[in-house]
Amino acid sequence: MGFEDKLPSGVLLSTVEDLLGFMRKSSVWPATFGLACCAMEMMAFGGPRHDSSRFGMEVFRASPRQADLMIVAGRVSQKMAPVLRQIYDQMAGPKWVLSMGVCASTGGMFNNYAIVQGVDHVVPVDVYLPGCPPRPEMLMDAILKLHEQIQNEKLGPHRENAEAEAEQAALEAPATHEMKGLLR
Amino acid sequence: MPKFLDPVAGFGVTFRNIFRKKVTEQYPEEPHPVAPRFHGRHQLNRHPDGLEKCIGCELCAWACPADAIYVEGASNSDDPDGGGRYSPGERYGRVYQINYLRCILCGLCIEACPTRALTMTNEYELADHTRESLIYEKKDLLAPLLPGMEEPPHPMRLGDDERDYYLGAGLGRGAGEEER
Repeated sequence: MGFEDKLPSGVLLSTVEDLLGFMRKSSVWPATFGLACCAMEMMAFGGPRHDSSRFGMEVFRASPRQADLMIVAGRVSQKMAPVLRQIYDQMAGPKWVLSMGVCASTGGMFNNYAIVQGVDHVVPVDVYLPGCPPRPEMLMDAILKLHEQIQNEKLGPHRENAEAEAEQAALEAPATHEMKGLLR
Repeated sequence: MPKFLDPVAGFGVTFRNIFRKKVTEQYPEEPHPVAPRFHGRHQLNRHPDGLEKCIGCELCAWACPADAIYVEGASNSDDPDGGGRYSPGERYGRVYQINYLRCILCGLCIEACPTRALTMTNEYELADHTRESLIYEKKDLLAPLLPGMEEPPHPMRLGDDERDYYLGAGLGRGAGEEER
């Protein structure tokens, strides 16, 4: 991305990683993407009682170009999916997606032809948040978990190593249909 | 009041609010308590001796409007070479899964449960990074063992058959309360 990707692996790079992670997580600006009832809870999260500005994210940007985080709040219909993808593509990296509520995460109780069965069919999701709708505290909890992820993100050679490791782990992991637990 | 003083009056509202009590909840440090009957994460309860209350009847799965619950029952057995006893009575829930990315926490499963095996806790911090980790298995949902409880499989300690358990005959002998 910038100079930080050209740093050699070592103490300097990990210091820059920590610093950059801290700065990125302290000002995650969400894009307004309320689709249904979860948006009400998202608004409550922005209001004075739950006060998202405590996490440095009080400004819900109407323009995706200024946003870092897309909170997909509500069920995504088949017709909305291309719009969602376009908004995601318009966001400048680094960017994150939080799938808020069961409908955005898997389709929830709307298991029908009109609703996308999980927004991860369209965009890569970083944090899944269950609840119907989740209370603002649950959203704050998800955002704190996202902060943790942002803080630990890697750069340059570290990132390449981490990606290679993740790919190897994914190749070795059992396929989803094999993750049966106790099922016969 | 003259018209040019209107903006000043507006700032008066701001100024007055400085001295009001703050309504902001400091969530991660001081979480606001939820209502006592809040619908949070589920819990599979136990009898006072540690046997599971779930009988694997699948009524919760049938009641679920989002098809989030999957139950597979199996038979208890008291034979030494059998599968063991997990609940009083004939059957127990061998597989119990709740997909929290489908569950809308409506509580219809709780109403459907004939043995009060399934109840809800006040825990709501469920967010996670993968879909797979949000399918909670039986081991994630079972209530922790309290003092006096014993990990199943083991024979019925509080009576001769399941009626004794449901009528509460053995309540004096075990310890602990199964619900939060």
